[in-house]
Amino acid sequence: MKKVTVLLLLVMSFVSAFAQQTQAPVDMAEELYKSGKIYVVVLTIAIIFAGLAIYLFSIDRRLKKIEKEK
Amino acid sequence: MTNDIMTKLPTFGRINHMKLINQIWSWIFAAGLTFYRFLQRQMTKLWWKVLVVILIFYTLIAGFLLGVPAKAILNETIRNLYFHVPMWMAMLSVFVMSVFYSIKYLYKGDQKDDMAAVECVNTGLFFYALGLLTGMLWARFTWGEFWSGDPKQNSAAIAFLLYCAYVVLRNSIDEEQKSAKIAAIYNIFAFPIMIVLIFVLPRMTDSLHPGSGGNPAFGKYDLDGRMRAVFYPAMLGWSFLAVWIATIRYRIRLIEYKKNDIN
Repeated sequence: MKKVTVLLLLVMSFVSAFAQQTQAPVDMAEELYKSGKIYVVVLTIAIIFAGLAIYLFSIDRRLKKIEKEK
Repeated sequence: MTNDIMTKLPTFGRINHMKLINQIWSWIFAAGLTFYRFLQRQMTKLWWKVLVVILIFYTLIAGFLLGVPAKAILNETIRNLYFHVPMWMAMLSVFVMSVFYSIKYLYKGDQKDDMAAVECVNTGLFFYALGLLTGMLWARFTWGEFWSGDPKQNSAAIAFLLYCAYVVLRNSIDEEQKSAKIAAIYNIFAFPIMIVLIFVLPRMTDSLHPGSGGNPAFGKYDLDGRMRAVFYPAMLGWSFLAVWIATIRYRIRLIEYKKNDIN
């Protein structure tokens, strides 16, 4: 009976194990979003890609012209 | 075709099965050929290129403005999923095209197919390099070093050299047709080796990469619906951007080839 009680107590010790649920809060770029500076990032990248896209379209158009001549 | 042997096959009742199989195959082949010709015609069209640009713009903007899961160590760099991984998708899609054209060249001997294969590899190498560089940068801030001897990193570096060897091989042979033929055979071998190196071997061993060595891939627990909404369009957009660049390079090469032919 004593052995069973001790065994039961040890087995139930899981009630104090909370390794999975409580996590330290993860640092995300809160300030960048709250201050609105994230839009600077987005705009920069959008401008770069817009430049690339215009470049590609212009090459494509020039090629089409040359191909039509032939 | 070995038609004489075909006639000696047993016929079940009144149906000659060989004829049916041949008929079905010719239907499939005709359908595939029609689809291929349709794709060929789209090469110089504008509509899918505009779609590609719109898709990528969307992923650039949504990639930063939409929410992401807050994961330890990764923090905001989880957004790199929208940029680093699509580089590999772009490389893959263009390398698959190059293998297709290499096989087609060996079959038909048309120099244009060989030009398509080369320019696909050239474009693929460009995206390959971008994938390696962006991966190294991401690794520096999440794994601690630019290069940590991770199996996938090492495999990717080896396969990169494999495709660089393709370029070297082409330039080492003077005669155009010999160079094209040997390069086509090499390409057909290099592709499965690259696939195994990058996508199979790392999964079988200890690795830091998500999806390898028993790590969960960016899947059920890391990649939620918000990320999928940007990730899948990004994979599509960048793949077709690579295809677009490859077609541009091919068209330039074709014009140069025709000009040299006239001269």
